[in-house]
Amino acid sequence: MGILEVKNVGKRFGGLQALGDVNLSIAENSVHAIIGPNGAGKSTLLNCLVGKLIPDTGSVMFDGQSVLGRKPFEINQMGISRVFQTPEIFGDLSVLENMMIPCFAKRDGAFTPNAFINMLKDREIVERAEAMLEEMKMAEHRHMHAAALSRGDKRRLEIGMCLSQEPRLLLLDEPTAGMARADTNNTIDLLKQIKDERDITISIIEHDMHVVFSLAERITVLAQGTPLVEDTPENIKGHPKVREAYLGETQDAA
Amino acid sequence: MEAIVLQILNGLDKGSAYALIAMGLTLIFGTLGVVNFAHGALFMIGAFCAVTLSRILSLSRTIVDETQKDFLGNPLKVDIPYVYDWFGEATGNAIIDWSVPLSILFAIPVMIAIGVIMERGLIKHFYKRPHADQILVTFGLAIVLQEIIKYYYGANPIPTPAPEAFKGSFDFGNFLGFDPNMIIYPYWRIIYFGFAAVIISAVFAFLQFTTFGMVVRAGMADRETVQLLGINIDRRFTLMFGIAAAVAGLAGVMYTPINSPNYHMGMDFLVLSFVVVVVGGMGSLPGAVAAGFLLGILESFASMREVLSVLPGLNQIIIYLVAIIILLTRPRGLMGRKGVMED
Amino acid sequence: MFGLDKKDTRLLILVAILVALAPFILNPFPEGSGMAQFNAGYPDLMQRFVIFGIFAIGFNILFGLTGYLSFGHAAFLGVGSYAAMWMMKLLTMNVIPAIIVSVIVAGVFSLAVGWISLRRSGIYFSILTLAFAQMSYSLAYSVLTPITGGETGLQPKNLDPRILDAPLADGATPKAHLFGLKMGSSFDLSVGTWVFTFNAGYYVAAIVMLAAFYLSIRIFRSPFGLILRAVKSNQQRLNYTGLNSKPYTLAAFVISGMYAGLAGGLMVAMDTQVGADRMFWTASGEVVLMSILGGVGTLIGPVLGAGTIKYMENILSKINSDILHTWFAFLPDGLEDFVVTLIYPFVGKGWHLTLGLIFMLVVIFLPGGLVEGGQRISKFFGRKKSQKSTPNGKETPAE
Repeated sequence: MGILEVKNVGKRFGGLQALGDVNLSIAENSVHAIIGPNGAGKSTLLNCLVGKLIPDTGSVMFDGQSVLGRKPFEINQMGISRVFQTPEIFGDLSVLENMMIPCFAKRDGAFTPNAFINMLKDREIVERAEAMLEEMKMAEHRHMHAAALSRGDKRRLEIGMCLSQEPRLLLLDEPTAGMARADTNNTIDLLKQIKDERDITISIIEHDMHVVFSLAERITVLAQGTPLVEDTPENIKGHPKVREAYLGETQDAA
Repeated sequence: MEAIVLQILNGLDKGSAYALIAMGLTLIFGTLGVVNFAHGALFMIGAFCAVTLSRILSLSRTIVDETQKDFLGNPLKVDIPYVYDWFGEATGNAIIDWSVPLSILFAIPVMIAIGVIMERGLIKHFYKRPHADQILVTFGLAIVLQEIIKYYYGANPIPTPAPEAFKGSFDFGNFLGFDPNMIIYPYWRIIYFGFAAVIISAVFAFLQFTTFGMVVRAGMADRETVQLLGINIDRRFTLMFGIAAAVAGLAGVMYTPINSPNYHMGMDFLVLSFVVVVVGGMGSLPGAVAAGFLLGILESFASMREVLSVLPGLNQIIIYLVAIIILLTRPRGLMGRKGVMED
Repeated sequence: MFGLDKKDTRLLILVAILVALAPFILNPFPEGSGMAQFNAGYPDLMQRFVIFGIFAIGFNILFGLTGYLSFGHAAFLGVGSYAAMWMMKLLTMNVIPAIIVSVIVAGVFSLAVGWISLRRSGIYFSILTLAFAQMSYSLAYSVLTPITGGETGLQPKNLDPRILDAPLADGATPKAHLFGLKMGSSFDLSVGTWVFTFNAGYYVAAIVMLAAFYLSIRIFRSPFGLILRAVKSNQQRLNYTGLNSKPYTLAAFVISGMYAGLAGGLMVAMDTQVGADRMFWTASGEVVLMSILGGVGTLIGPVLGAGTIKYMENILSKINSDILHTWFAFLPDGLEDFVVTLIYPFVGKGWHLTLGLIFMLVVIFLPGGLVEGGQRISKFFGRKKSQKSTPNGKETPAE
């Protein structure tokens, strides 16, 4: 029984069947990748997992509990953290403040009107945030406006913010989209480090095969809304159906 | 039955004004994505165009007429409008009498010019800025425009009557087949409704049947793509702003006989016009027009004596009440498009 | 001290000193001199400074922190005023119960309005608040006239119940007081040609304002304040980070509503009357102007904005053409007339024009308001430029 069990999920938008009969199981503490050509339904599937969309059919169970119908903040409190395609951080706030917010959310819950202390005096939170910044190698930027960070740094910050909540499942939506090679490699190293140092399940939606093959233990290939294949990276590499989904006709290996 | 028809008619003139202003508002943020709190001021400026023209036409020279005496026994000072000199007394009188409809011709270029200047001078700098900033700067502009008008025209309403031919009422009921004298309705207000209908149809026809209109509609749907196609959408949008300003201005021009223009009529109509737009659905022109008429008629029904005796003051709050209910049950308004204004 | 860090304590003390010494600071011109009419140190105006300061501080907690633009806060001010007035008529002319009730009633009302309005965001939210405000105004003006007095409003009457007070002598008008100290009582201090007025009501309101200001500092610096700023910065990310933004924004809305109610209650305590015009939507627009002008999202901005606008409203509007002529009398006649005609539309009754223009200029060029202006000026005068931009930069006041 995996930590995330997706059964028979289907989703229709008007005349378009975006997802059809999706079955997926992600084992705990593994690294799982979802790949597929454009329009395969990857983002739709992700949105069904984080509370943005409700599937028409099927169930999504996280650690035995249903995720469907819950609001995004509830799902986060259950232990799922999400990284967006374009790094979503609090641009107007400082890097340190950015890191403090998820710490508050983790410790105090979805709503705690704590208006009575100076936030910088909350030692526990500040230390946790500082520690995470150290780990992300961003401590020197702590007072910088988050919007002024480079894209790679924003990505690091976002991942750090997710990790500070000690999630059971980290969902990444094309984390290296638009990145240059150097940044991509940094991200891969970071994710490898996270995987090694923590008990955490990682699920990545990716286009960049280099990233996928560097990290994934299992890969699900999605095409036209349904899973085509689910297997280890080696078996996926040469799989004729996968090539067909991406390239159309069977071709000689490049 | 007659009472119902009467109330529907009663709601038509205010409803027409709402519909026209709301249409202009929707055009502006459908195309430019700008929330224009100065739109009511444009309505007001249009009304004052009528005032200005009627003053210009009445410009007179004063002569002293020895043959008549005023109440003090001195020779009477008589004002002779210049138009009398130029066109003779009868035509001159007719011209002055018809100054409100004539103001239409005067107002169109003036309002388009004002709209274009506003857009190029101020609004275009606010495309990328958050809606709150747009609201604030146009709110400030509305205050400034209002104060300028107040400075030059004074704080009191300036009665601007309709042409003689259209003063008074006619037996509308008879016209529709009801018993005589059941529904008496002022001429001018029917004319206003007809005028509004013409303008609304013209705008829709323009958008539907001309190439320019098609480009604008495409731009409303997806501005970026249109630009990528090499079409200079900015210039067209500027002109749309001018047209929207002209529509508001014309609504104001013809409204003057119904309600004497005063400097804060802009603000008075602005609030309700925004409510109308939101009820009709942001980004939907048919929605804005439909909502304008619906809410005008609703307001009129709510002012019926029978209603007010049960629920006093209902007419003042009905529009807001309905707006709140609609905003909560149909978040996009009656006919709103998905994704417009949803931050 | 009191849980504030050094910078904030300095700010609070500075504001406290300014407020305490206001009678001196605002009356720089000798009595009877030509400029005496620009003295702002008379009780009415000083009270308005601090009361509208409270209103603006509260509004800023909503608009400045979360970014939600409400056009309906004048309704909460009005509701607070009506509640306070009824407390004075029914219970006692002592201002304490009136003020307490005004906060509570306004809080409950803003809870209802906020709960409905916050179901939407952005411009829909703004229009909803506008709709509620206008509805409240209309209800107060024409529908709920037994409670509100309609067009004429309410004043305390000799024959009101006032359960806790001793009965008044015949014909005596009821006066608001704080345990006997009448709000209207003033004491003039003459020093040479200058006159300084010390008014009880002003100091009561000023103390309340300092408390309200202190509270707002605590809120700004707290985790609650941080999360409100996060709502403005990236509400989506906030929700995906496990925080439910809705109760936070509602809490900010109610807090700002209570501040508005407090201001309304104080207004009644000082000037014992209330009318429906207090609730017209343009009064809400006024507090928006104050926040923007002063510097939205800053601590002291709203206070500066409130003071500036009230000063302009009361002083700038007094400059008429005669005064202009006396000012520019030193110029040759033709030039004098020209200058006067140039300036005339912007002062006196036309001061709204100046306000509108300044407001537009601020929104266009100086979105941070007076606070940003002050910061730029001090930077210009050679303070060391910090290499990292301070995220708290917006909260530090111009000195």
